[in-house]
Amino acid sequence: MPEFAKATSAQALGAIVAEGNLREGKSADAICGVIPQLYAEPASETELAQLLAYASREGMRVSPRGGGTTLDWGTAPRAIDLMISTAKLSHILEHAPGDMTITVEAGATIAQIQNALAPHRQRLALDPLWPDVATAGGVVAANDSGSLRIRYGGVRDLIIGITVILPDGTIAKSGGKVVKNVAGYDLPKLMSGALGTLGIISRVVFRLHPLPESTRSLTFPFIDRETANQFMLSITDSIAVPTGLQMRTSASGIIKVDVRIDGIAAGIAAQSEVVCKLAGGVNPIEPDTDQWLAREQLWNSGGDSASICKLSMLPNQLSSTAEFVREALSANAEWTFVMQSTGLAWLRADALDCAQIADFVSALRSFLAPTGGTLVLLKAPPALREKVDVWGNAGDALSLMKRIKEQFDPRGILNRGRFLGGI
Amino acid sequence: MNATFIEALRSLVGDGLITSREELRTYECDGLTNFRVVPLAVVLPSTAGQVQAIVRLCAQEHVAFVARGSGTGLSGGALPVEGGIVISLARLNHILEVDIANARIVVEPGVINAAVTQRVTPHGYFYAPDPSSQSVCTIGGNVAENSGGAHCLKYGFTTTHVLGLEVVLPDGSLAHIGGTTLDTPGYDLPGVFVGSEGTLGVTTKVTLRIMKRPEVIQTLLAAFDSTNSAGAAVSDIIASGILPAAIEMMDNLAIQAAEAAVHAGYPNCGGLLLVELDGPAAEVEALMLQVRLRCSGASEIRVAQSEAERMVIWKGRKAAFAAVGRISPNYIVQDGVIPRTSLPQVMEEIERLSVVAGLRVANVFHAGDGNLHPLVLYDRRIEGQEHDAEQLSGDILKLCVRVGGSITGEHGVGEEKKMFMPEMFAEPDLQTMQLVRCAFDPDHLSNPGKVFPRTPLCAEKQGPYVPHPLEISGEAQFF
Repeated sequence: MPEFAKATSAQALGAIVAEGNLREGKSADAICGVIPQLYAEPASETELAQLLAYASREGMRVSPRGGGTTLDWGTAPRAIDLMISTAKLSHILEHAPGDMTITVEAGATIAQIQNALAPHRQRLALDPLWPDVATAGGVVAANDSGSLRIRYGGVRDLIIGITVILPDGTIAKSGGKVVKNVAGYDLPKLMSGALGTLGIISRVVFRLHPLPESTRSLTFPFIDRETANQFMLSITDSIAVPTGLQMRTSASGIIKVDVRIDGIAAGIAAQSEVVCKLAGGVNPIEPDTDQWLAREQLWNSGGDSASICKLSMLPNQLSSTAEFVREALSANAEWTFVMQSTGLAWLRADALDCAQIADFVSALRSFLAPTGGTLVLLKAPPALREKVDVWGNAGDALSLMKRIKEQFDPRGILNRGRFLGGI
Repeated sequence: MNATFIEALRSLVGDGLITSREELRTYECDGLTNFRVVPLAVVLPSTAGQVQAIVRLCAQEHVAFVARGSGTGLSGGALPVEGGIVISLARLNHILEVDIANARIVVEPGVINAAVTQRVTPHGYFYAPDPSSQSVCTIGGNVAENSGGAHCLKYGFTTTHVLGLEVVLPDGSLAHIGGTTLDTPGYDLPGVFVGSEGTLGVTTKVTLRIMKRPEVIQTLLAAFDSTNSAGAAVSDIIASGILPAAIEMMDNLAIQAAEAAVHAGYPNCGGLLLVELDGPAAEVEALMLQVRLRCSGASEIRVAQSEAERMVIWKGRKAAFAAVGRISPNYIVQDGVIPRTSLPQVMEEIERLSVVAGLRVANVFHAGDGNLHPLVLYDRRIEGQEHDAEQLSGDILKLCVRVGGSITGEHGVGEEKKMFMPEMFAEPDLQTMQLVRCAFDPDHLSNPGKVFPRTPLCAEKQGPYVPHPLEISGEAQFF
């Protein structure tokens, strides 16, 4: 955006929000190195709607921002004219303990929500990355779910209502405040994982679950991944109903299976016994204290050259996929896998040159594809982003997805080009 | 045109074509019988390819089509459209693939809901959504309506269990949405397709998740003097952090009807609660004790002692709608949802409305999730009573919306409740939903006229792209 256009926009946008809530973009706001020209923090849905309507009229490229934890997920943007943050829309609007629902503004953090619920012995049964910073809107847009998925489902299963601001400034609600509701199209689900390409989320209604009375985690070491995978399958095929079940494995040969069981003491004891029996002679070891933060650790271990991807596969393919990775990566490459029994897995690979990892990503995609598995690159060095599509093959529903995008965002202002298939 | 069109259909499906007026009348309505339209023809394709060819022909000739499973829907979703055809999926009834290790099953849309569970029972698995019509309704119909059932309190709805779909879009193209694994990249199209009531296309294949059967299932019956005291027990149970597999409630009129029909042995009381717990035995045993404590206000508590006893209890509950036919010549089933905590207030108001209208209302609820099924009883032969019953039933829906609920929890909007959509959603909300419709079905051929009070105008694209003046002048560029 040329300087004079930026000045004009800044003036118009500055008239919408209160003084101080519009500023120039800074390097800390950058997405994949692209610094937004302008940065706005609307203080109400109306302001947000007005900002978007203006941006839409002027064809400005807009990127929404929640806590900023997953901004680099998706294709790198070419340019950002305006970043709209939900930081000032961060209130918990209504918690109905008896109905087990909560209505929050999009900028409320996950930790803020959990803290409000804890005194009522309730929780949002979702454990996304960096809950202290990640916001409700961001987690919904990025569709991030953690280890609780096996028992409580993902974002799509916990969101029951949404308010979205469309690019033309329309404020639209869908779903509602009751868990069971089939009136109209399920836009809360459409918005989950849409990466802010259809509208900016301003409010979310979640269903809640009781906090478990107690919880117990067990960790089993294995010497081969196939046995570990079989153990995980035998647990899901048993009477046990774990709230977490994952394999951690890495280039160094570590293979650990973590099981978490929640509930009342009697149930935990009985299920633990079942799980231990299924381990076939492998005894649980002293569990790590941070095993359920294993996904976060993939990011936390630093290294700008590291790549992290999210894989989705069938639950009985965890071991074969890990073996494929072991064989495909050169002996000197470091890699770490967190593999959940649901078939979702996160892989970090280090110390490969760009061409090597690009080849590796396409080989792994080809390995997963025949059974419907997918791979999305979440973190990648800029050079790698140039070489591979972070999303992978879009399949035969792409034209339909493009039509949806055209209907919601006809001028393509929201996160343009950052979603699957160039949407 | 009709004769040529019908011949074209015949060339596509051979004997799978119904055109005689007499036979067509079988398809003139679904489970909601007060709306009837005789379709132009009914086609019964046997393959997804045939479905595609039929839809393509409809698109070419601009003929509306309505997909139909078993026709058990209660909101008129499968009601034919004047001058349109019905595509019955009854012949696409094969279970294609069973993958126990990964807890998945791939079925055609005409497969009966209960058949999915039957197929995986030997492996110790079940398919969770269990609408009361599960012995006859189809998976395709369940997908269209996002069907629930008594156990969705714990296990979720159809949408929770659909991983992927093969669908014929209204232009006749085939698309695979979702997949065999979780979190397929891109928009969550199964999320929006499931529950779209046949307005976005026709399902031809469904990948479902199945669940491991719990070690133990225990069912308790508790007899209370009123629905309010039963409702208070429900709140106590939920507040104590227990998530039962199901909590059902019936009022006295519903109990009488169920008793007359299936002799379930229900106690005669003002509010009957049915609580089912499932899970590991040790847990269920302990939690059942807590549930009993919270039902201490009940005059009688009974726990089913055998699977047979449990089945009888459920038979009474699942037969409740039909059973009402024994105590009233006609009735309207409603499907409102309320926040659970407003139950006493809503029950009181329903009672008041019922007295004012001079009509009886029997109540059957999925109490755990606030899904009410008030049954408004009336006699069509009495002049004006049908109208009064419709009025009363509409007033109940408005009441549900007023307390923060929904006009439908599982039956769908269909033809029946589309005029109530504006009670729940503002115009911009409805227009936004219609954007989805315009992306899938811009010509409004797939079950047109349902769900929404008005048909939207869909521009092929929303107006031509207008370049920014700076773009024209070359000072700015969009990538």
